[in-house]
Amino acid sequence: MEVTRRDALAALATLGVGSAVAGEVREPDGDLQDVIPTVAAVASVVYPSAVDVTDEYVRNYVAGRTQLQDNYERRVVDLCSVLDANARDRYGSAFRSLPIRRRETVLRRMGVGRAKSAPDGTFEQQFRYYVVNDLLYALYATPVGGRLLGVENPPGHPGGTEAYQRGAER
Amino acid sequence: MTATGTAGEADVCIVGSGPAGAILAASLAGRGHDVVVLEAGPRFAFESRTARMDRALRPEHDDLDVWDMGGPRDRYTSSGTYEYDLNRARVKGIGGTTLHWGGMTPRLHPEDFEMETRHGVGRDWPISYEDLEPYYLRAEEAMGVAGEPNRFSGPRSGPYPLASAESSYSDEIFEEACSSLGIELVPKPLAINTEPYDGRSQCVGYGTCSPVCPSGAKYDASVHIRKAEERGARVVTRAPVQRLEHDDSGERVVAAVHATPDGGTRRQRARQFVVACGAVESIRLLLLSTSPQYPDGLANSSGVLGEYFMEHAGVSLTGRVDEPTRQHLVGYGTSMCEQFYDHDSGPEGSFLIDFDNNAGPEPVDLALDQLSDSGRIIAGDVIAPFEGDRWGDALQERLSEEYGGYLRCNGWVEQPPRRENRVSLDRSKTDDHGNPVPDLTLSFDGPERAVLERVQHLFVKILEECEATDIRVTRSPDNPFVGSHHMGGIRMGRDPAESVVNADLRTHDLSNLFVSSSGVFPTCGAANPTLTIAALTLRLADHIHGRLSDG
Repeated sequence: MEVTRRDALAALATLGVGSAVAGEVREPDGDLQDVIPTVAAVASVVYPSAVDVTDEYVRNYVAGRTQLQDNYERRVVDLCSVLDANARDRYGSAFRSLPIRRRETVLRRMGVGRAKSAPDGTFEQQFRYYVVNDLLYALYATPVGGRLLGVENPPGHPGGTEAYQRGAER
Repeated sequence: MTATGTAGEADVCIVGSGPAGAILAASLAGRGHDVVVLEAGPRFAFESRTARMDRALRPEHDDLDVWDMGGPRDRYTSSGTYEYDLNRARVKGIGGTTLHWGGMTPRLHPEDFEMETRHGVGRDWPISYEDLEPYYLRAEEAMGVAGEPNRFSGPRSGPYPLASAESSYSDEIFEEACSSLGIELVPKPLAINTEPYDGRSQCVGYGTCSPVCPSGAKYDASVHIRKAEERGARVVTRAPVQRLEHDDSGERVVAAVHATPDGGTRRQRARQFVVACGAVESIRLLLLSTSPQYPDGLANSSGVLGEYFMEHAGVSLTGRVDEPTRQHLVGYGTSMCEQFYDHDSGPEGSFLIDFDNNAGPEPVDLALDQLSDSGRIIAGDVIAPFEGDRWGDALQERLSEEYGGYLRCNGWVEQPPRRENRVSLDRSKTDDHGNPVPDLTLSFDGPERAVLERVQHLFVKILEECEATDIRVTRSPDNPFVGSHHMGGIRMGRDPAESVVNADLRTHDLSNLFVSSSGVFPTCGAANPTLTIAALTLRLADHIHGRLSDG
């Protein structure tokens, strides 16, 4: 299942990014644009394999996300640059260029796998909050992730009042 | 404290902007009276609601962050056997606690008004169901209640303004099981729009009604504050009232003294004063307003102010069935049972049953799980230490296993009034203005305890009839949940020796001081109190309008 720009807009609308409701999100610029492939590479690890992450999805989501939280852009850029430096130290290559298994190893060895998410915590806690959990939230609070679990209208998504009345599709 | 400013005299000064204050303000301003509302908290921008929902959904945030509760302003103590989490049970700001309420709006039953006469429980209300019925109807219209009459509730003089919400898939599972046990489910009345109403959207299914409805389909009292302001009322935010001052004779209140954001104080004068800031803070304000004539607190010559406080305690049971039960697809329950809200068989204690549509863990909660391994082991998740990283396919598998198949029923019981359950002042602790904080002394070890046990046994039967396995008591009679329903403590009654306000909600002691709150309930029934608060408020509005019109 490929996640698209439309799915990113749905996630942003859930988060309350007003312009996303109208289908508009400005293009990310500068440093943020540079880390989009890194965030997409993280998504390829933390999203289930049934979901095909596209740069387009991540670019739209990350760009919209900056409109909601002032320090989001700076934090994500800084966190991704630490991640990249770690990947280069270990494997001599940028995080985004590593195969998925090695991406996973880098994240795990940095302690991100089991860190307790906290916006002002240690590196791994912040990475969990601003990148990993944010991506998971974008997935599981919207119909894309909901469909994987049989929850077409997960809490946070304004998907109407029909779904709760009917049984599961068999 | 020295007052630094005095405002001109209003017709009516209302303290608090929850439904008890807002509906009153809108009604009186609409009839041409000069109304001022003093609200301790801020005005929350409607546009901020999706961001507040984000805080509610992401487990990294505390529930208190949703409406910015907590801190020195909201300090309190809890000294009963039940440790009461007061700040999760209220919101301070325009709209008050209705900003995070669930929207359930049953009426009290006719018998609730006569519990002393019928069963020797508490005191009778000085008004009857028949007195309040026309106002119940108006309250349902004002709030936009979606419902359907049922044979267990009191008589009605008109229809609900909106058709009830459709029943859920899991309601059908419960209905089948309950019908073989002789238990009847009925649609739950909700102040949540099933179609556009009063300029507000119909429900669009965000699923986060409590604590926040981003669409505005759920009624909250900011609706009536907006109407009040359109009709000329003045609403002052961040204006916590510190005390009420009376005249030399002690017969009339002359001013409400409130703090201002810049650290000063201001006196608001008015012809009539209405305390409407929730039972707990209303009691505290009166207790803080001492004077030589009223050394134990304003309007407290009876000595019962703060006493006979009541809450609805409840039990909750879950079970799992071997099919998807379609939970977490809408924010509210759609069916309830009023059958055990029954007085005819004697004072066994009434209770209401709510059949949940949100049983089991939420997908986002699970995905963003914040519990440490040790925390998860304590919660019964013994595989936590052996599990892989919490992402990718492993996470999806875990979510798929954990989500689905859950059923839950919740039931809450009437608490008979007892003097020892009370709100008082804790003088050892102060708020951000140096005032003693409220202390709640609450226990559920009276007759309600046996009723909670009864509810638990009934729920086991219901879930077994659903063929549920893994039946768990998530909130037990030993550790009940509470409805966040603050009732009593400012008792309404005919006898000034044992009540604080009369049938017109006017304090026995002062001729121009009223209380609009569930604090005035002499007994509480098992019904959620907000609709009754709104009905009493509309009745009070008529009374105050009459007084002002008579000069």
